[in-house]
Amino acid sequence: MTGAPLIDIEDLRIDLNHGSSQVPAVEGVSFRIDRGETFGLVGESGCGKSITALALIGLLRPPLSVGGGVIRFDGREIQRLPATAQRALRGNRIAMIFQEPMTALNPVSPVGRQIAEMFVLHKGKSWREANQLAVEALARVRVPAPERRVKDYPHQLSGGMRQRVMIAIALACGPDLLIADEPTTALDVTVQAEIIELMRTLCAERGTAILMISHDLGLVANVCRRVAVMYAGRIVEERGSADIFRTPSHPYTQGLVASLPRLGSRAALGRTRLKEIAGVVPAITSFPDGCRFNPRCAQATDICRATAPETSLLEAGGLVRCHHHA
Amino acid sequence: MHDPLGRRDDVILSVEDLAVHFPVGGGLLGRGGRLLRAVDGVDLGLKRGECLGLVGESGSGKSTVALSMLGLLTPTRGRIVVDGQVVTGRRAGNRKTLARIVQMVFQDPYASLNPRQTVRHTLEDPLRVHGVTAASEIEDRVATMLRHVGLRPEQADRYPHEFSGGQRQRIGIARALILNPRIVICDEPVSALDVSIRAQIINLLLELKETLGLSYIMISHDLGVVEHMSDRVAVMYLGRIVETGDWREIFERPAHPYTRSLIAAIPDPLHHAPLATTKGELPNPLSPPNGCAFGPRCRYAEAVCHREPGPPLEMRPDGHMVRCWRADEITDQTALALTASGHP
Repeated sequence: MTGAPLIDIEDLRIDLNHGSSQVPAVEGVSFRIDRGETFGLVGESGCGKSITALALIGLLRPPLSVGGGVIRFDGREIQRLPATAQRALRGNRIAMIFQEPMTALNPVSPVGRQIAEMFVLHKGKSWREANQLAVEALARVRVPAPERRVKDYPHQLSGGMRQRVMIAIALACGPDLLIADEPTTALDVTVQAEIIELMRTLCAERGTAILMISHDLGLVANVCRRVAVMYAGRIVEERGSADIFRTPSHPYTQGLVASLPRLGSRAALGRTRLKEIAGVVPAITSFPDGCRFNPRCAQATDICRATAPETSLLEAGGLVRCHHHA
Repeated sequence: MHDPLGRRDDVILSVEDLAVHFPVGGGLLGRGGRLLRAVDGVDLGLKRGECLGLVGESGSGKSTVALSMLGLLTPTRGRIVVDGQVVTGRRAGNRKTLARIVQMVFQDPYASLNPRQTVRHTLEDPLRVHGVTAASEIEDRVATMLRHVGLRPEQADRYPHEFSGGQRQRIGIARALILNPRIVICDEPVSALDVSIRAQIINLLLELKETLGLSYIMISHDLGVVEHMSDRVAVMYLGRIVETGDWREIFERPAHPYTRSLIAAIPDPLHHAPLATTKGELPNPLSPPNGCAFGPRCRYAEAVCHREPGPPLEMRPDGHMVRCWRADEITDQTALALTASGHP
């Protein structure tokens, strides 16, 4: 099975069901992640990046459901696995960390117990053994005085420490894939830098692949080798992370890269008016026909309004979904 | 003379030795409690037409300074003078008069607008409270303000939920500007917005500053935004200013190790490289470390830094001020390889 990619998503559709009608919230999404690879999914709120990840670990709940496509984990179709087999994968081989560690941790249970639980549930350890392993896990995420900290409750820890605990829980069983959904959005930049470094080092040591989800293109490009940009439920561009910044191909990616004031740009280029992306992000229930970016796109023509573009291969490597791509 | 604190004749707002302490815990009579020094000895000046960036991690005291400027917090010590009016202490002027000079734009336009009030209602209220009664004048001013922020006057009778996030922030800006204030405090004005909308709001704020002759205090953790908008920048750490100066000095030649670590922590999208990290987190302000507050996290700290509190803000030859025992050595030692990388 070693030849197959770790994650292989093909033509995924996720439906938002209300009443008898269905609206596709995610459509035609395909990507692969190899073992040990770092892959980023970038987009604004509502673009479908988080629900794509939830579909991947079989945690979509009504009104959302997988409407089509195939998700393979290590060669096996996740959708066809019985619920118990899915549960055995989650936490054990696929782990996830969330944006707000305070809401993801159990407030009435000491953090050590929450880590130890992983060893009991997935590795069949006794609680005594598991508690000892929890101390070691906390030490690995560089929490000082771990033997004392295991007894702390989440509210006794700072935001950065809580996110370390989340990482300790997620990596406890040595998963093949870590899904990190906006892991540092709630943290200050200096703490963010520490958490990112920690995540990066620990995953590299154990060959854990990372699927990182964020609205911050700069951060994702820094962490990941490849980046896919999502807009209104579709992947519009997938590239190597440096390429996406140097030579963005899709007008939306171009707009994103040009619209953000980057540190150092004023010193280098003077204060220029920021390039705006006109209009607003469309709601799921009113995605426009044709290319979903067309109402906001300066290059849009009739074909963009009529037909959704297919994915095309870029000469420089990577994929783009645009009729007029550069 | 070049004075990075901006204390000059054209100063519209000055903060002098501001301290805000909160008693925490303790018994009925306040005994046994501890003192949280949220802000401790801050001096700042804002010139007319200027944008002053205020940066630092959460808990550094930025918002406490802002609330004091609005007259919403009573300082323990120090003085704030806004356009000639003393805001603090027993001789403080009327809050209502102050509201005509200083206003605030909030971070979250979903939380800061009343969902049950139409935009018109939200914009009319301050006018009525401040004695504008003529219906035609109110109507005119609301319409003009909506046009200023890029909305249409006929949208005035809608409710907040009918607008997108970016439009809501435009309404928040209109509410801040409806009384024609001179100073606007922008507290993270774009961080709650969709990434593709932020440029619109940043451009709008800069345009309004020019057309209406406003002065800004710009609070943000996004250093890219601060660099883009600010004329001067003050960096706060645990209730004090540790470095202040012209934006170019701060971003190109940061002298305080904390400023340097803030800048180094920004991920560079073009370099798939480890982020330079600072050790640890902001210390608990209830039990600040001995010596320099940044000492425990500072890679340059020596014996003196752990023994003595940080020195007073000291003027450097290039005109910016820094509070660090080792600033001279550090700046000489390593010209920080800064971010201009990757620009064409």
